[in-house]
Amino acid sequence: MLRSLQIEPEKCTGCLQCEMACSYQAEGVFNPSKSRIKIFAFHHEGRFVPYTCTQCTEAWCMHACPVEAIVINQVTGAKEVVEDICVGCKVCTIACPFGTVNYNQDTAVVQKCDLCGGDPECAKACPTQAITYVASEQGGINRMRAHAAENLPQDNA
Amino acid sequence: MKHVIIGAGPSGVIAAETLRKLDSTSSVIMVGDESEEPYSRMALPYYLTNKIEESGTYLRKDADHYSDKKIDVIRDRVSKIDTKAKSLKLDNHSAIDYDKLLIATGSHPVSPPIDGMELPGIHSCWTLEDGRNIIKRAKPGANVVLMGAGFIGCIILEALALRKVNLTVIEMDDRMVPRMMDQNAGNLIRGWCQNKGVNVLTSTRVDAIEKANGGALKVRLNNGDALDADLVISATGVAANIQFLAGSGLKTDFGVLVNDRLQSNMPDIYAAGDVCQGKDFSTGQYTVQAIQPTAADHGRIAAMNMTGKNMLHQGCVNMNVLDTMGLISSSYGLWMGVDGGESVKRCDNDRYRYLSLQFEDDILIGAQSLGLTQHVGVLHGLIRTKLKLGKWKDNLLKDPTRIMEAYLGTTQAIGHNAGII
Ligand SMILES: Cc1cc2nc3c(=O)[nH]c(=O)nc-3n(C[C@H](O)[C@H](O)[C@H](O)COP(=O)(O)OP(=O)(O)OC[C@H]3O[C@@H](n4cnc5c(N)ncnc54)[C@H](O)[C@@H]3O)c2cc1C
Repeated sequence: MLRSLQIEPEKCTGCLQCEMACSYQAEGVFNPSKSRIKIFAFHHEGRFVPYTCTQCTEAWCMHACPVEAIVINQVTGAKEVVEDICVGCKVCTIACPFGTVNYNQDTAVVQKCDLCGGDPECAKACPTQAITYVASEQGGINRMRAHAAENLPQDNA
Repeated sequence: MKHVIIGAGPSGVIAAETLRKLDSTSSVIMVGDESEEPYSRMALPYYLTNKIEESGTYLRKDADHYSDKKIDVIRDRVSKIDTKAKSLKLDNHSAIDYDKLLIATGSHPVSPPIDGMELPGIHSCWTLEDGRNIIKRAKPGANVVLMGAGFIGCIILEALALRKVNLTVIEMDDRMVPRMMDQNAGNLIRGWCQNKGVNVLTSTRVDAIEKANGGALKVRLNNGDALDADLVISATGVAANIQFLAGSGLKTDFGVLVNDRLQSNMPDIYAAGDVCQGKDFSTGQYTVQAIQPTAADHGRIAAMNMTGKNMLHQGCVNMNVLDTMGLISSSYGLWMGVDGGESVKRCDNDRYRYLSLQFEDDILIGAQSLGLTQHVGVLHGLIRTKLKLGKWKDNLLKDPTRIMEAYLGTTQAIGHNAGII
């Protein structure tokens, strides 16, 4: 059963535990700037929005990659960066219309959410269940995807 | 049904894979004239810096990829198309019939009209073979002259600098990457490169190249100076590979002319990638973009239409991302803006940071960035979705760096959208 991250911004307190957990899992350091998930603050409204890759079916990043360095994990469905193959050309970072693939100047390759291989640390670290890892069909991920993709003109008749 | 593709670059390969995915029984034949496994030109700079080996440039890493997918790869050049007989002629004189044909032959570097361009030691950086030749001459300390500081020139620039050559860049225009960035950004890139030890001469032309002693070259400039060079790299522009279509009845301009289904004036022939004069998302005009994401999009969409699906192409956003020795720049869509539009610029020239956004009404239509690596793709997303930014446009005019907040604020349940305030 495919699972995905469900994000409910209304529950987020902006504590950044998810960013810490993500950067530690991915890079071995507690450094929000290395996190694949990001909290955006809307101070006027007192709101916080966790944001990361939705593993969208269009997979813009994967299709734009010139060297097959982004592949689908057959178990989790995540689009993963194969660091040994990535040349660091950054085309995926501009191709992804959601802005969820980022170039890391220290490692000279790109980085994105890989669902931690099926056990996402952000969800475990979130104290308020603003981020949960749920069966895909149940998830607000579809809502979020719909939101995100709503305006994307599909190449279609 | 017999699908034939001419050209085994990214566009041709993605088209072949898409055809196979949609149609498991038809035959799919891809004819490419380069001797290597299908590879990606974009990966060449990383081959030059030894980050990858030749095999690292291959589009697909599994040696059996094409045979597993029953894609026949023929290594030869198509010399002629007979559109009446629906048949291709190869250099080896054999012929291939087709039911549907895709032209994905890419583009080739254009040599500037300068005396001496035929001398040994002058190369383009377009093919793997060029890459091998450049590696032979671009030894540490070698004098290298790079002609052209357009997008491709600037990409090679970094690779050459990393090879520790003594590098001079000559650009005719008044700034670097003139078709990708404005004056301010282009000049910042130049300043950055010069600080890193690269000699950049803008508003300068090469008049002639001559033989010098010991196999070296002498590069004569229009300002009267002359430079010694062990290697000259020419990156002065490209043109679509359409020569072999002369007399075929196919309509061409800068590339093969297509409709919004990537179909040429001959109903069974399609075009994709660098050779295709396809629709630009921002202008609605048909132009040759010659970039990787467009080649990938075209390949996929053309293949769908070849199998009988009716896929309308919305057009590709013209966009580029560039790394000049650690300074990362990107540009999107109508980065130069439009008449009657509005724009905002945020410069921090001392820190080599720059962000410029262009709007029409409350819609983002173009952008340029320097020194930004986080969430840059959302600039593409905002342009492509034509998202009406509403009050967020005013926020962006005050602080353009809040692009992610603008995107989230207009698409997610926050503030007005949540119905809370
Ligand atoms: C050094 C370098 C760096 C680049 N960096 C970037 C970048 O960072 N971002 C970006 O977006 N783009 C970049 N590009 C451009 C990008 O590589 C091209 O847009 C892309 O390769 C286009 O793909 P294509 O399949 O249309 O054509 P190509 O990759 O050119 O493939 C076409 C193939 O068809 C073959 N062919 C031509 N004529 C015939 C014939 N008559 N018969 C048989 N075969 C034929 C050609 O030899 C070639 O193998 C770069 C290019 C270079 C050279």
